[in-house]
Amino acid sequence: MIDPKKDLLYRLADDQLILGHRNSEWNGLGPILEEDIAFSSMAQDKLGHALQLYSLLHELGEAEPDTVAFTRNAGQFHCCQLVELPIGDYAFSLMRHFLFDHAELLRFEALTASSYEPLAQVARKLKGELKYHVLHANTWIRQLGTSTDEAIEKLQAALDLTLPYALALFEKTEAEPAIIAEGIFIGEDALRQQWLENISRVLSQTALELPDVTTISPVEGGRHGVHTEFLQPLLDEMAEVFRLDPTADW
Amino acid sequence: MTEATILSWLDEVKDPEIPVVSLVDLGVIRRVQIAPDGHVSVWMTPTFSGCPAMDYMRRDVERVLREHGVANHTVSMSLEEAWSSNDVTERGRQALREFRLSPPPPHQGIIDLDILEYAECPHCGSHNTELRSPFGPTLCRALHYCLDCRQGFEQFKPV
Repeated sequence: MIDPKKDLLYRLADDQLILGHRNSEWNGLGPILEEDIAFSSMAQDKLGHALQLYSLLHELGEAEPDTVAFTRNAGQFHCCQLVELPIGDYAFSLMRHFLFDHAELLRFEALTASSYEPLAQVARKLKGELKYHVLHANTWIRQLGTSTDEAIEKLQAALDLTLPYALALFEKTEAEPAIIAEGIFIGEDALRQQWLENISRVLSQTALELPDVTTISPVEGGRHGVHTEFLQPLLDEMAEVFRLDPTADW
Repeated sequence: MTEATILSWLDEVKDPEIPVVSLVDLGVIRRVQIAPDGHVSVWMTPTFSGCPAMDYMRRDVERVLREHGVANHTVSMSLEEAWSSNDVTERGRQALREFRLSPPPPHQGIIDLDILEYAECPHCGSHNTELRSPFGPTLCRALHYCLDCRQGFEQFKPV
């Protein structure tokens, strides 16, 4: 069975890498300059976070970060499907960012107490940066979620569409009992509960309605290498230059 | 050669994106140690983990050591003690102001909305300012606006 630390690290790192790449696709296309910059900055942060996490995997015996990031195929990725979906319109990307980063901030806050000290160190670093992501998401969800009918309608549609994927952020793997028992992480169920409370609090300040999550089936599979048709083309594009000459010195 | 001598050399190394502030004043040089055999170790820590300038800064530190004849050295990045904007020295804060970049407000370890939204206008010194966007031209900068002198400005983000 896979080392529980590696199992967790792959899920964390792959989420960061793939959403980082998706965020970067807003570069030059943001609806206003500040949002163009915001999504590009968050892309850069997420790639930095991915690098820290792949570096921990490297310390545990996995290949170099670039090799791990650029040479695997979709079936070897452990990201959730939420992060691989195309950027869609701004409402979709904003809602995905809101749902994802709320979970991410809580996840890394919890990981600061991890028994796996190198990960706790990385978490102490990342949580400060993630606060800016959550602040950004909350500001726009509150702003647009209380504005025109069109904005509210678009955001509600985005929420309805992304929620089943977002609920799969907490998909468990076979390593879950060991991860909890060894004190590496509090576990997905505990995280999901805190996340629901936090996103509900922000959404309740808007005209948006959180659907009843008990009636929704999460779109799982990502943590086990089952992905949408959108991941492989993303990987091909992301690794195109790297694969031309993997030994090149940049 | 003492650890203090090495720190004074490293004072020459500036942040490539804020060329008025040294890495020492920025707080990214964590520790300098000279082993009994003369081997020099320097530990650095990143401001923001995705900062593309960090690698550049590390190479700059290595260059300065070489230029001062220290062939035997190791410069490493460590997160053991994560960087906080409180680590910017008073001299560094003054240099940021003169560069018209608002220094990060000191905090007690808890970054709440009050801290994030607070900034001192580097043009007129007013505190009557508002946060326009938590993301700016580099990862470490946020965009603010001064309601008194009516100018936009950037702030080194509190972390």
